[in-house]
This record gives sequence, C-alpha cells and structure tokens, in this order.
Amino acid sequence: MTKTKEKFMDEETTRRRRILVIGTGAAGVLAGLGASVPFISSMAPSAKARAAGAPVEVELTGLEPGMMITVEWRGKPVWVLHRTPSMLASLPEIISKVQDPSSQVPMQPKYAMNEHRSIKAKYLVLVGICTHLGCSPSQKLEIGGAAGMGDDWKGGFFCPCHGSKFDLAGRVYKGVPAPVNLEVPPHMYLSEDSLLIGEEKKA
Amino acid sequence: MSFAKSAVKWVDERFPLSSFLKNHLTEYYAPKNFNFWYFFGSLALLVLVIQIVTGIFLTMHYKPDAAQAFASVEYIMRDVPLGWLIRYIHSTGASMFFIVIYLHMFRALIYGSYRKPRELLWLFGMLIYLCLMAEAFFGYLLPWGQMSYWGAQVIINLFAAVPFIGPDLAVWIRGDYVVSDATLNRFFAFHVIAIPLVLLGLIACHLVALHEVGSNNPDGIDIKKHKDKNGKPLDGIAFHPYYTVKDLVGVVVFLMVFTLIVFFAPEMGGYFLEHNNFVPADPLRTPDHIAPVWYFTPFYSILRAIPPMFGSQFPGVVAMGLAVFVLFLMPWLDRGAVRSIRYRGSLYKGWLSVFVLSFLTLGYLGVKPTSVWGQFGAWLGGADRAVVVAQICTAVYFLFFFLMPWYTKMDKTKPEPERVTL
Repeated sequence: MTKTKEKFMDEETTRRRRILVIGTGAAGVLAGLGASVPFISSMAPSAKARAAGAPVEVELTGLEPGMMITVEWRGKPVWVLHRTPSMLASLPEIISKVQDPSSQVPMQPKYAMNEHRSIKAKYLVLVGICTHLGCSPSQKLEIGGAAGMGDDWKGGFFCPCHGSKFDLAGRVYKGVPAPVNLEVPPHMYLSEDSLLIGEEKKA
Repeated sequence: MSFAKSAVKWVDERFPLSSFLKNHLTEYYAPKNFNFWYFFGSLALLVLVIQIVTGIFLTMHYKPDAAQAFASVEYIMRDVPLGWLIRYIHSTGASMFFIVIYLHMFRALIYGSYRKPRELLWLFGMLIYLCLMAEAFFGYLLPWGQMSYWGAQVIINLFAAVPFIGPDLAVWIRGDYVVSDATLNRFFAFHVIAIPLVLLGLIACHLVALHEVGSNNPDGIDIKKHKDKNGKPLDGIAFHPYYTVKDLVGVVVFLMVFTLIVFFAPEMGGYFLEHNNFVPADPLRTPDHIAPVWYFTPFYSILRAIPPMFGSQFPGVVAMGLAVFVLFLMPWLDRGAVRSIRYRGSLYKGWLSVFVLSFLTLGYLGVKPTSVWGQFGAWLGGADRAVVVAQICTAVYFLFFFLMPWYTKMDKTKPEPERVTL
C-alpha cells in the first residue's frame, strides 16, 4: 500500500517538476525576447537620421531645357531633368522596348502614373538609384552613338553595375537585370518654378 | 624533485595542464599519412592570429566615423610609423584567409572528411566560413572608399529584395535610409568584436569536435580499427612533435608567400585591394564597375545569373543563399561507399572536376562586367555571352549537389585498403 503511494508521489513530483520547468523556461524565453527589444530598436534610424530625411526644395529657374541636376534627399541622389520637346517625343517610340510602358508597377505616386511619368511633362523627377541593386545609373541623355550606347539609343540612363537601361522617363528596358522602372519620389510644386521633393499635396 | 617538476605538479593539482597537453598534443594520435592538403587547418589558425593582432593595432588609429574613416586609413598608411605594414598585413591576411579556407574545404571534399562521424565537425566548419564571410563584408566597409560604400549598398539591398519586410529590413540594417555614418559605426562594432567572438567560439567547437572523432586522412579509412596493445592506433603518430614540426615547414613557406605579397604586391593588381577603394565614398556617384572582392565573386556571379522573376530580384538572392547553404548538406548528400577520392570511381571524379571548373569560372566572371565576352548574335537574342556561361555554371554548381545522392551511389568504387598507404 505504501509502496504504490510512494510511486504515485514520485510520478506526481515528476509531473509537477516538468510543469515548473516548462513554465520557467517559457517565462525565460519571453523575458529574453523582451530584453532584446532595446537592442533591436537601437539599430533603427535615430531621430537625427529621421530628421535628415526631411523634404528638399529645388529652384527650377536656372534649369535650361536638356539640363539635369542632382539633389540629395534622404542621402539618395534625386534627378530633376528638364526634357526638351524632342526628348518627350521619343517616349512613345520605344513603348515596345520597355517592360512597363504605362507604369503599372507602383514605382511612382498616382499623379505621376502617366506616359511621361511626371506632374509636368517637361520636368522629370526620379530617384537616381537602380532598382536592381541600388547603384546610381549614369546619364546617357544624347541620342545614338554620341552616348556610346548604340545607334538606336533614344537617350536615357545606363547602370554601370549590371547593365540595366532606362529611358528618359525612367522606364526600364526589356531584358536587363533591373526588374521595375526607376522610382519617382513623392514631390509637389510650391510655385511655377519651385519644386518640393519628399512631400506631396494633400488630396 | 626539481623545481620545474614540482611547479607543474602544483599546477596540475589545480588545473588539468599536463593532461590537456597529453590529450591534445603529445598523445593525440593523427594518421601518419597526412599530405600537402593537411597544412591548411593550422595555417587558418595562423592567419586568424595575424588578423586579430594586426586588427587590434589598426583600431588604435582608425576612426569609425564617416567623416574621418577614409582619412584615418590614409593616416595609418602615411603617418603612423610602419602603419602601412600593419594595414597591408591585415588586408593581405583577409584574402589569404579565404585562400587557405577554400583549400581546407576542398581537402574535405576530395577526402570525404565531412562523412559520418564528422558531420558536426563539417557543420561547425561551415558556420566558421559564414562568419568569415560576414567578417570580411563588415570589414570591407571600414576604409570608406567607393568600393566599400557601393559594395555595402549592393549587399544590403539584397535584403531589401525579401518580400514584404525587405525595405524595412534594409533600413534597419543600415540604421538610415542610405549607407551612412550609422551603418559604418555598427559595421565597425560587428567587425571588431561581435563576429570575432562568435568566430572564436566556433573554432573552439570545431577543434573539440575534431579531437573527439579524430582526423580523417587521404585514404579516408578509420585508423582506430587497428590499435596496439596500449590502445594507440598503429597508423597514428603523436601530433606533437611530428605534426607540429611538419606544420612549421608549412608556416615558413606560407609566410614567405605572405610577405612577398605584403611587400611587393599588396593590392594584387586590384584583386586584394580594389583600385576604386582609394577614392573616398561618394553616395551620389557610382563607380563604373562594381565587383565584390574575389572571394565572394562565385556567389555574386550566381546572383547575377538568375534573371528577375515576377518583378523581383528575390530569386537571385535565394539562389545565392542556397549556393552557400547547400554545402551544409554535404554529409547527407554523399552516399558513396568510400570517403576518399583515391577509391572513388570516374562518376564522382568527373562531377567534382566540372564543379571546380564551374566554381572558378563563376569566380572569374564575378570580377568582370557582364559584357566581358561580348554578345551572342541575334539567334540568342543578343544575350551577353558571359551571362549565358554563368547560367550554365550555376546549373552545374547546383547539379553537383542535387544529383550527388545518385551518382555517388551508382559510382564504381575501388576497395579501400585495410591500413593507410604512404
């Protein structure tokens, strides 16, 4: 009689111990996860880095047709290109050669989802970072042989890292490593000749 | 009793000094038929020590600050007495580490050193290899040259290709919207303390596992099957003095090569230290040709060989990760009847040869632009020749592993000898 009772007590003790071990272990894991929060969050962008991501204002008065300037926004190069009428005229000609001519992939705000990928047709605003692996493509704005890109080149951008090609609206050519068009950043016009990059008009 | 003996006795009663030396050196029996390929384990340890010592002295002068990093490296090169030497030893050591480790891994491949019961030994080794890649990647950002900057940019953007969480993950890794001072600062922390600590722990585990199961040998047979009456393997010799002396010869030859590079070709024609890295990092201008340092290029080529699918770069990233991960599975993929290449049949030898050839070709193509061999004619849509070759090599690379369970099993092996051959 006592023997079975002892055996029962042993099993009961083992069972209780197991519950305690599992409980303590689970609590320890939870505490460990909690303790990792400050370390993981300390690696996110600091208040200083976030403040440096503020919008940038660009004056367009000195930007002649055919000229391009590069401004820095969030540490990234943002291109502002004043396209000439002939540059704009070339865009419809290469629709068959680009992957996403009508900008179906959301790489631009709604207001730039048009054939010239901009608010005003003449001004193109692009983040100058290749959508393949983040290099900055070079300007090849001239047409044909002058840009060293072959005779049927209509002007655009060429990424030296892996050979991706984009046209004068930042649309990616077919058969290159970059999967989607260059990104159009959020932007708005403060006046006729003043552009703000990084902020958009509230609807 | 002499003073020395009583001193050792005093220590032994408090710390297992003599028994440790016996178990791991003077009475640790290694197969007597080690050849050239068995130098690289001890050489890897040597390079580790070189890297730690030179690294410590570099941190005395280096500034992990985006505004000062590039200048502080130039300061080490020009103004710190013999600073150029310490820096060149460290940069040469990085490449030599990979040369030694690749040869060490190749040794394991040809002699089947990853096979049962050495699976864990192999896994620890692979983890060390991963750590080494992380260490090299973090360290490469520190000089803050153009190649440092854009290389880091490209690699961190691999994480941005992960579906859903990718862009946030990349920002978290950088600590900023672009590679910046925050990124440099944390990479410094990883490079000088976090990864080295993990590395040391893994190396300790690698050695403990090695001494538990004992070394494999060029014949791939178990020397513990034949022991003398004292339990000592008949084909084993004590690690010390026999292999310590043999390894010393390896060390001397290795250091001769090492110093020749350090003094006469520290940049190695742009392969050990890339030319573009002597230009300070410029976030607004990408160098014309970005290539990782040579030891990453086989995997980089695999990344480039996979075209984007469904508007995402992710498949290429997965292929690159898989190319490294598949090595972990070696102990379970190989079902050959013998371990060593000496007794394998032509199937395995053939596959290993094309694998090595593909790996070297991928490595070569990774340092070159994709246009290096020109384009095919219109019949292949004008595709870059180098891209097509890289795609074929990528296929061979993976087939070597994925078909391994079958061709190793089907292979006509020769009988293994009972005792090691010299």
